[in-house]
Amino acid sequence: MLSIKNLHAKIEDKEILKGLNLEVKPGEVHAIMGPNGSGKSTLSSVIAGHEDYEITEGEIIYQGKLINEEAVEDRAREGIFLAFQYPIEIPGVSNINFLRAALNEIRQSKGEKDISAKEFMQRVRDKSKLVDLDQSLASRSVNEGFSGGEKKRNEIFQMAMLEPTLAILDETDSGLDIDALKVVAKGVNALKTKDNSTIVITHYQRLLDYIVPDFVHVLFDGKIVKSGDKSLALELEEKGYDWIKEINVPSL
Amino acid sequence: MAGYTEDELKEDLKQQDYKFGFVSDIESDKIQKGLNEDVIRLISSKKEEPNWLLEYRLKAFQIWKEMTEPNWAHIKYKKPEFQDIAYYSAPKQTKKYESWDDVDPEMKETMKKLGISMEEQKRLTGTAVDFVMDSVSVATSFKDKLNELGIIFCSFSEAVKEHPKLVKKYLGTVVPATDNFYAALNSAVFSDGSFCYIPKGVRCPMELSTYFRINEGGTGQFERTLVIADESSYVSYLEGCTAPQRDENQLHAAIVELIALDEAEIKYSTVQNWYPGDKNGVGGIYNFVTKRGMCHTRSKISWTQVETGSAITWKYPSCVLRGDYSIGEFYSVAVTNNYQQADTGSKMIHLGKGTKSTIISKGISSGKSHNSYRGLVQINKRAKNARNFTQCDSLLMTDTCGAHTFPYIECKNSSAQIEHEATTSKIGEDQLFYCQQRGLSEEKAIGLIVNGYCKEVLDKMPMEFAVEARKLLTLSLENSVG
Repeated sequence: MLSIKNLHAKIEDKEILKGLNLEVKPGEVHAIMGPNGSGKSTLSSVIAGHEDYEITEGEIIYQGKLINEEAVEDRAREGIFLAFQYPIEIPGVSNINFLRAALNEIRQSKGEKDISAKEFMQRVRDKSKLVDLDQSLASRSVNEGFSGGEKKRNEIFQMAMLEPTLAILDETDSGLDIDALKVVAKGVNALKTKDNSTIVITHYQRLLDYIVPDFVHVLFDGKIVKSGDKSLALELEEKGYDWIKEINVPSL
Repeated sequence: MAGYTEDELKEDLKQQDYKFGFVSDIESDKIQKGLNEDVIRLISSKKEEPNWLLEYRLKAFQIWKEMTEPNWAHIKYKKPEFQDIAYYSAPKQTKKYESWDDVDPEMKETMKKLGISMEEQKRLTGTAVDFVMDSVSVATSFKDKLNELGIIFCSFSEAVKEHPKLVKKYLGTVVPATDNFYAALNSAVFSDGSFCYIPKGVRCPMELSTYFRINEGGTGQFERTLVIADESSYVSYLEGCTAPQRDENQLHAAIVELIALDEAEIKYSTVQNWYPGDKNGVGGIYNFVTKRGMCHTRSKISWTQVETGSAITWKYPSCVLRGDYSIGEFYSVAVTNNYQQADTGSKMIHLGKGTKSTIISKGISSGKSHNSYRGLVQINKRAKNARNFTQCDSLLMTDTCGAHTFPYIECKNSSAQIEHEATTSKIGEDQLFYCQQRGLSEEKAIGLIVNGYCKEVLDKMPMEFAVEARKLLTLSLENSVG
């Protein structure tokens, strides 16, 4: 699915990722944890193809193909989805129109026909139920005037609508209360299949009570310094990140 | 438009004149360059006008001679050489191209992208012989329907001949010749235009489009439009079309006068897509137009416009709210790209009691263009409880363009309520990234964001017009983020 080898990436002149390795297989859920500034969000942006970041070394291989230079929209059309930490508002564009345009562009890129209005609306109904998204939000402008929780749920709703192969959830839990967290997790779990994979980027292990990862990685100073199973998340929760930093000092 | 310069256009037009062998007609029907009383007398006599109209023109000419060209607008251009313009030429030939194959491929492509049907494309380029037949019949049945209701919709020249009393009564009552330099010039030399009259209590059942008046191909250089909605009538009037329009005349100075009598309503929608000049700012049309409506008691006039063309656009569709409780509205989207310049906005003159006005202006600038909003809200002494709401937003696509706002408010009645909101934003790279991450191409993303930004204005347009206008916006801003 996704294979990242010795990835180095910088923004302006600041190197953020410093030789990161990650291997994600179909059907797996990976959690990436780490302290502020360790490069978690950079990693998600780089996988999505944000142009502000420059890959200076290493490879990102997605579905057997090197995608280092691929455009954002091409990656998206091939099934990479990023649930934003801070979803963007697009005034005057309804959520529905936005998703329909996106869905059709994805379909067109695969040589498929546009989705029919009927089929599309049915999908909107089904998927909004999945994330408890108020139907009226679907017709409102994208994220405009949405509460923090609504924005996050809307991200998962979009993910459900677009059915990605690789979903990256960037701090989707931040700013959510426990109920909203459960709803989001329920949505993510419902969308899980044996063929698609999820990378959950988070600060706290709280979300991992609901989305159970197969692997947990600790990102520190642009590198994955420790990997393990779910128990690693609990350990981190208990001890904080300082002990990771200590382990890591000799290598600096 | 890449690869097609004004010079090439001129060259094309020259060649076509030759190809079509209009030589003898044109020779006899073209007045020499320059402007003087004799030229005006000649125009008037060619058009077989009544004496009062000639007097009107001559008086306007006297006024014009004493005026100087205004230079307060935030635009830079080479002043037209007024003695170097031919002020009368034979009606423009509708057939601009020999055959469909001769039509500029880029123009074809643009029309295709706009979703204009093949028949319509051919009609617009004047290459459809059979379709012209069709549109004659369409226009005829359309005219029959209007006749039944007593609606007059014809060319201005025809109106002068057939309905002189109406023309004489209203011509120049909203935009007098003394109004401004270009209004005076137009009043002296106007070529032709449209005339529309809706009788008392009649609701015009269809959108009146200049498009259907096949008698006058294309727009004139000094166009004159007069729309009169009699008491309690309603009309929706469409001007222009989304297809790219090219014209050999660089200077366009039109006048549009609207009169809404008691309890009448006029909706006037414009899509303007004239040749904007090439990528380096060479050529393009100067659009200096005076548009104004007079609102009588409890009447309403709405101006809605989407402007993407012209090298320079200079216009302020306005409303004089003379009657008590009358309403004036202005909804505008002005797009400038490359080296285009636009200084546009509205004037709302509140004279009557309880008058209301709304101004929603959306400017979008790209390339190295300059886009200015200039508006005046004037509340006069007698205008008790008048209200105005103004919102002007600017969207910047590049770091090299400019957006400017010049709002003027004059209030002489303390009971008035005036609100003004303004925003300036740059198209967000984060918005683009978000859209692209969902699979949208950059172009599609810009289209969505821009259309969302203009939604309030586009929603005011008649449905089909709005659909085309949306596509036009997307097209005008292709590859424009920087």
